[in-house]
Amino acid sequence: MLSDADRIFTNLYGTGDAGLKGARSRGDWDGTKAIIERGREAIVEEMKASGLRGRGGAGFPTGMKWSFMPKTIGALPHYLVVNADESEPGTCKDRDIIRHDPHKLLEGCFIASFAMGAHACYIYIRGEFYNEAVALQSAIDEAYEAGLIGKNACGTGWDFDCYLHRGAGAYICGEETALIESLEGKKGMPRLKPPFPAAMGLYGCPTTVNNVESIAVAPTILRRGASWFSALGRPKNAGTKLFCISGHVNKPCNVEEELGIPLKELIEKYAGGVRGGWDNLLAVIPGGASVPVLNKATCDTILMDFDSLREVKSGLGTAAVIVMDKSTDIIKAIARLSQFYKHESCGQCTPCREGTGWMMRVMNRMVQGRATIDEIDTLEAVTRQIEGHTICALGDAAAWPIQGLIKNFRPVMEERIRAYKAQSGNGGRSMPLAAE
Amino acid sequence: MVKVTVDGIDVDVPPGSNVLQACEAAGIEVPRFCYHERLSVAGNCRMCLVEIEKAPPKPFASCAYPVNEGMVVHTDTPMVKKARAGVMEFLLINHPLDCPICDQGGECDLQDQAVGYGRDGSRYTEAKRAVKDKDLGPLVKTVMTRCIQCTRCIRFSAEIAGTPELGATARGEGMEVGTYVQKALTSELSGNLIDICPVGALTSKPYQFVARPWELKKTDSVDVLDAVGTNIRVDARGPEVLRILPRLNEDVNEEWLADKSRFSVDGLKRRRLDSCWVRRDGSLVKAGWEEAFAAIEGKLKGVAGERIGAIAGDLCDAESMLALKDLMSRLGSANTDCRQDGAALDAARREFYIFNTSIAGIEEADAILLVGSNPRREAPLVNARILKRWRAGGLKLASIGTVADLTYPVEMIGDGPAVLAALADGSHPFAAVLKAAKHPMVIVGQGALRRDDGAGVLAAAWAVAGAVGALGAEWHGFNVLHTAAARVGGLDLGFVPGPGGKSVAGMLGGGVDVLWLLGADEIDTSRIGANTFVVYQGHHGDAGAARADVILPGAAYTEKNGTYVSTEGRVQRGQLAVYPPGEAREDWKILRAFSGWLVKPLPYDTIEALRARLETVNPVFARLDILPRFGCSDAAGPAGAGLTGGAFRPAVANYYQTDVISRASPTMAACTAAYAAPVAVAAE
Repeated sequence: MLSDADRIFTNLYGTGDAGLKGARSRGDWDGTKAIIERGREAIVEEMKASGLRGRGGAGFPTGMKWSFMPKTIGALPHYLVVNADESEPGTCKDRDIIRHDPHKLLEGCFIASFAMGAHACYIYIRGEFYNEAVALQSAIDEAYEAGLIGKNACGTGWDFDCYLHRGAGAYICGEETALIESLEGKKGMPRLKPPFPAAMGLYGCPTTVNNVESIAVAPTILRRGASWFSALGRPKNAGTKLFCISGHVNKPCNVEEELGIPLKELIEKYAGGVRGGWDNLLAVIPGGASVPVLNKATCDTILMDFDSLREVKSGLGTAAVIVMDKSTDIIKAIARLSQFYKHESCGQCTPCREGTGWMMRVMNRMVQGRATIDEIDTLEAVTRQIEGHTICALGDAAAWPIQGLIKNFRPVMEERIRAYKAQSGNGGRSMPLAAE
Repeated sequence: MVKVTVDGIDVDVPPGSNVLQACEAAGIEVPRFCYHERLSVAGNCRMCLVEIEKAPPKPFASCAYPVNEGMVVHTDTPMVKKARAGVMEFLLINHPLDCPICDQGGECDLQDQAVGYGRDGSRYTEAKRAVKDKDLGPLVKTVMTRCIQCTRCIRFSAEIAGTPELGATARGEGMEVGTYVQKALTSELSGNLIDICPVGALTSKPYQFVARPWELKKTDSVDVLDAVGTNIRVDARGPEVLRILPRLNEDVNEEWLADKSRFSVDGLKRRRLDSCWVRRDGSLVKAGWEEAFAAIEGKLKGVAGERIGAIAGDLCDAESMLALKDLMSRLGSANTDCRQDGAALDAARREFYIFNTSIAGIEEADAILLVGSNPRREAPLVNARILKRWRAGGLKLASIGTVADLTYPVEMIGDGPAVLAALADGSHPFAAVLKAAKHPMVIVGQGALRRDDGAGVLAAAWAVAGAVGALGAEWHGFNVLHTAAARVGGLDLGFVPGPGGKSVAGMLGGGVDVLWLLGADEIDTSRIGANTFVVYQGHHGDAGAARADVILPGAAYTEKNGTYVSTEGRVQRGQLAVYPPGEAREDWKILRAFSGWLVKPLPYDTIEALRARLETVNPVFARLDILPRFGCSDAAGPAGAGLTGGAFRPAVANYYQTDVISRASPTMAACTAAYAAPVAVAAE
């Protein structure tokens, strides 16, 4: 279990003062100038050495991402964009960081911007986070007033401006290039890659997009050293991570823990255990809506980190643990997710635009059992036709929950179909209705 | 060059190419819907997926993936086939599959590629999506349920037409292409949306349910409804021209066609002159050829040569103009003029009246001065080329004349000729811009020349071009933008008043006793002298025919073999696609026959002989299709002086109705009703 001394987010629950005074008492903005004075290279190297992997879902090494920015500032300015469009169902970690520890984020923005040669940082915050946007803006104002950001930030001689931009509530705008499009005032549609944002991002300038948590942990890593951070967690899955535990647990919560903690321990220690006891567990979605579901047998032993979950063909994602006990209609739960992805597809790529609707309609029938057994295979084939065939990962995200369902709960689906057939007696298959 | 291997074939492609281009270079066809070589890359249809070695084991969209040295691409692996089949299945699940009632049937990309990648049956048993159709005006019909959201139309209207009116609203499955708020498209290039739409979502409204592509006889020809010389394909069934499509010519129209040229086709079968008419007791009576010829012969008897005149119209082929000129000289007349609008075009040297830079040359220009010209109305495809150049960046534009939306920003530096003097002596700030430019262009429109001081304006514009260095040995930046397809040809063969001859103004108002109008309808016929005997030779019953004493039915441009010279001086040939209706004949043959009737036969019996005569009159007629570019060898300008001031007025008031064919077209009438507000015209 993570010792309190090793926690980064010491005000995660909002027990202390979220303002600048409280943040300083927790060690934020302490020696920022000294960190900056180490220079760009040293900061990026330290981040690389820490082994921090991006906390937004994909787990790409953060230090390496920073190193992709051009070493010298050319004719075009560099930008840091912070992705605070936290929309992954089940995820609520960035929200608490912004509410209760905004100065960690702002200090991170300054250091990260300096490390990649950016004088401006845009924080793109989810439109629904109105109160959080107000809180963050007041933190930004405080920091400006204290001279921590703005002209000659922290007395380092580096000019740094931080802007808050509110989104309008589209899941796809959490995809980094769609976020950039949206920030530019266009429709949030992912861009083709290459060119990658580090070469051509916001307004065509070199840009790095990072998750709130990745940026917010950076100052602490740099203060306490890469070796401290990399000693936590498991090899290649270093450090601590915010887990968001929701669903059928006795005490849903956000908690900071080391990567690699067993799922069972995480749930039992922090979330008060599964409702009705561990044996009442049906399934867990370990990393937000877009990763495949795990069955109980896997949950018994699985460790919560990027590589362990990868091995069981799921993913850590945003570490949003959605717990479902045996009262859950798992087919209905996944069908609801299909509906979500159908609603949030931007409509650009054919497979995702057409496929998400197809999957949702079949899934809705599967909930009733109004289907045939071989349609499960068709559904599986459709998910494979979407996965990996689109510009961004939303297509994959829409496909994976269903793949997880079929892999782990196919007997449940077949049973549902048989039950419907027995009840309706028309072969389980009825004509689709025009009004559907 | 970058070396790429596609399916075992090594090709070298320029750096910066994409994988799809490399596949094409290797001669391998890659299916695509959203990719179009003249539009930006969207990469969203996902049909062009290929497999790339030493890359992650997933299919890549070849249109959006840049080539690397030594890249190995596979387009025929099971993975690629499966991926494309998957995309095709997705495209078809919500496509209505109403091919039997779809106008795109037979020339539909989706249909063609479904043969290659589609399944024999559908696995999709849910309800299909239906989308409400949009009303985009009188030209483009929409069946939006067929739309596959490739966004080609959106990109075309923003990037090529310069009218960003189309866009996608809503997201996911609900994504719809439309104009946001319902409105008619305002582009003069909107017909091209029909061509670039890979499915039947955007089709031609006037052509709906008319014919299937395999029923049509296709004839390559040249458009005459503006002076661009657009290369077209005339599709006809039996005696009827049903539609006109653009033909690829990188130097002229690329692959686009302006709306008037495309949609005036229904004007070709309305108000046609299909027999001779002779005026008896004040009204026109149908007559045979002998009767008509005899009437003209009778009238010509005893009339002196200088009392006979001829005016050639805007749609005439060079052959018939030459035959008419030869006939006039046999009758002893030097009264010939092809400038029916009275524009002060100087035929002394060719570079005084052509678009010397050439249309493709616009792409090299870095500063452009428009003098009394609205290229968007006068030559939409020239305007599209200027927009293309402007989008590439670094082009500075200024205009003298009427404020208009040209689809790119233009600095208005005056409304009349007064500012030309300031540009010539360098006192105007834009003179410095032109001077600093490596390749400056001056474009003089007909609005600047159809004036009493037209000759002065032409000379002043030439002087500006000279002063800013546009008349170099390597770069000729002086350009006259014409609106009539016949004009440059007429000037090339000297269809202008000979020594002592009368111009159009001189022939009107009783200046001649017999006036031969060869398709000349844009003159003010009320100014023709009351006692002047008018012969109208042409194909449409319009202004000229109404005033005529004898009507000789001629052939429209789709019904004859003819030579036309475009505004840039490009000599091109149109071909007969259908025969002229009724008694109508090809125009040069009518003139040749009449010369025989007079026993003064013209010395050519075949079109080849006539064309040989054309080449002796002016050797440029021998230079078909190719356009060598010349610098300016002689800086001496056209004669003409004196500027009276007064604002330039637009040469084209209503883009949709400028000639007898478009005036006869119901489609163009609908466009006029939808778009055109009455504007005063220069020649009025």
